[in-house]
Amino acid sequence: MHHRIYHPTVARLTYRGLLGRRRAAVLFTLPALLLVIAAAVRLLTGADDDTATKVLGGFALATMVPLIGVIAGTGAIGPEIDDGSVVYLLAKPVKRPTIILTKLLVATGVTAVFSAVPTLIAGLILNGNSQRIAVAYTIAAAVASVAYSALFLLLGTVTRHAVVAGLVYALIWESLFGSLVPGARTLSVQQWALSLAERIAAPGAVSSDVGLPVAVVLLAGVTVAATWYAGEKLRKLTLAGEE
Amino acid sequence: MSSVRIDNVSRWFGNVVAVNDVTMTIGPGVTGLLGPNGAGKSTLINMMGGFLAPSTGTVTLDGTVIWGNEEIYRHIGVVPEREAMYDFLTGLEFVRANAELHGLPDAAARRALATVEMEYAQDRKISTYSKGMRQRVKMASALVHDPSVLLLDEPFNGMDPRQRMQLMDLLRRMGAEGRSVLFSSHILEEVEQLAAHIEVVVAGRHAASGDFRKIRRLMTNRPHRYLVRSSDDRALAAALIADPSTSGIEVDVQEGALRVQAVDFGRFTTLLPAVARAHGIRLLTVSPSDESLESVFSYLVAA
Ligand SMILES: Nc1ncnc2c1ncn2[C@@H]1O[C@H](COP(=O)(O)OP(=O)(O)O)[C@@H](O)[C@H]1O
Ligand SMILES: [Mg+2]
Repeated sequence: MHHRIYHPTVARLTYRGLLGRRRAAVLFTLPALLLVIAAAVRLLTGADDDTATKVLGGFALATMVPLIGVIAGTGAIGPEIDDGSVVYLLAKPVKRPTIILTKLLVATGVTAVFSAVPTLIAGLILNGNSQRIAVAYTIAAAVASVAYSALFLLLGTVTRHAVVAGLVYALIWESLFGSLVPGARTLSVQQWALSLAERIAAPGAVSSDVGLPVAVVLLAGVTVAATWYAGEKLRKLTLAGEE
Repeated sequence: MSSVRIDNVSRWFGNVVAVNDVTMTIGPGVTGLLGPNGAGKSTLINMMGGFLAPSTGTVTLDGTVIWGNEEIYRHIGVVPEREAMYDFLTGLEFVRANAELHGLPDAAARRALATVEMEYAQDRKISTYSKGMRQRVKMASALVHDPSVLLLDEPFNGMDPRQRMQLMDLLRRMGAEGRSVLFSSHILEEVEQLAAHIEVVVAGRHAASGDFRKIRRLMTNRPHRYLVRSSDDRALAAALIADPSTSGIEVDVQEGALRVQAVDFGRFTTLLPAVARAHGIRLLTVSPSDESLESVFSYLVAA
C-alpha cells in the first residue's frame, strides 16, 4: 500500500462541503469588506504607507486571516464528524493521514485564496506596493493560512465546538490578549507571519515581536504537530451509537 | 466467503457497560441482530465495522483484527444508522465518490445504483431524497466494491412497507450469494421475515442464538404475567392456583387486582374464562402486565 498525501476525491468532497455551507458567506464578506475599506481609505486619505500597514496589519492579518482560517480549517472536517457522514470516508481503504493531509491542503488553499489574494489587491489599492508592503502582507497571510488551517483542522477533530473555540483563539488570544500581554505575542501565528513580512518589506515598514528564525521554527512546528495530532485523532475516532 | 468473529468482547462507556462479554460469529447468509433499544446492537456493529475499539476482547474478520486496520474495508460494506450523507451531492456523485475512494471506476458506481434500483433518481440531489431513497443510496455506497461482509444498523427504521419489502429482497439476494449480511433491529417480526439466523442481545449480553423458530419458542414459552380484575378476586385466585398452567398468584390490594403468572400460555388463555364462568365470576380487566419488548427479552437473558 503506497502512501499518498493527497486524495482527489477527499479534496472534492471537502471543498464542496466547505463552499456549500451557509458559513461560507464569511469567506466572501470579509475579503469584500477589506476591499471596500481599502478603496475608501485610499479615496479619503490618498496613498500612505503608514495607513496601508495599519489596514493590512490591523484588519487583514489580525482579523480576516484567522477568521477565514477558522471557517475553512474547522469546516474542512468538523461538520462531517459532527453529523457522522465522515463514516463514508473512514469505511474505505484510505490511510487516515492521507485524509488529514488532503483536508489540510484544501483548508490552506481556501484560506490562502480568500485571504492572501484580497490582501494583495487591498495592498495594491492602498499604496501600490510601496515599500513592498502589499507583497509582504500577502506572503504573511499565505504563510499564516497554513498554520491556522492546521490548528483549526485539529480543533475540528477535537471538539464539537470547534468554531467557537477557534473564534475565541483568533479574536481573544491573537487580537485582544496579544495586544495586552507582551508574552502572548510570542505565541501568536500572527506575529510569526509578521516576522516574515518584516523581512520582505522595506526596512522599518513592518515590525514584529518575534525574530525570524524563531518564527519559522514555530510556524513549521505548530503546523506539523497539529497535523500529526489531527491524524491520530482521526485514526482513533470512534463512532458511538446515538444517544 | 468471510466471517466476522467477536471473541469475549466487552465495551463500556464510562460506567455504562454497553456490551458485556459477547462471543459470536457472523457467517455467510443473513443474520439478524435482535434486541430492544439500548441493548448494545449499534455498539456491536460499530466494533465490527471498525469504528469503535472493544474495551476487552477481539473482533476479527477472517482472523484479522478489525480495529485500526483500514484494509478490512476492501471486504466490508457498512450501512450506517445515521441519516447524514453528503447531501449537497447527487446520488450518482455520492456513490461515485465512494467508488473512487475504493480506487474503482465509474462503472462500479453505476452497477451499485442499478442493484438498488436508484438509477431513475441518481441525478437528483440527495437532500431531495425520501428516507427509503437515502437508505438505498447508502446501500449502493456500501456495495460498490462487492464486499463479502455487509453490516447494516437498523436499516428498516422509518421505511414504508413497500420499501421494506424491496430492501428485504435485496438483502436476501446478498445472503444467497454467499455474503455475510448482518442487520440489527428491535422488531422480532422484521427479523423473523428476513434472517435465517438470529442473535439476540439484551442489556449488553448475548441472550440467545438460533433460527427464528427457536427464538420464537423461547419467547412464547416464557412465563406470562397478567393483571386481572374481577367481581371476586379471592375466589378466582383460589380456582386458578389449582391449575398447573398457573405458577403464581398475588393479590395486589393497592391496585385491587390479581397478579397472575402463567407458565403455559395456551392453556391459561382458555382456562381463565372457563374458570370464571364456572364460578359465576365476572372478569373486569385482563391485561398482560409485562408485554413490553424489554420484559420479553429479559426473560431470555435469565433463561
Ligand atoms: N458514546 C456513548 N457514551 C455513553 N454511552 C453510550 C454511548 N454509546 C452507547 N452508549 C450506551 O450503551 C448502551 C448500548 O447502546 P447502543 O449500542 O446504541 O444500543 P442499541 O443500538 O441496541 O439501541 C446504551 O445504554 C447507550 O446509552
Ligand atoms: Mg442502535
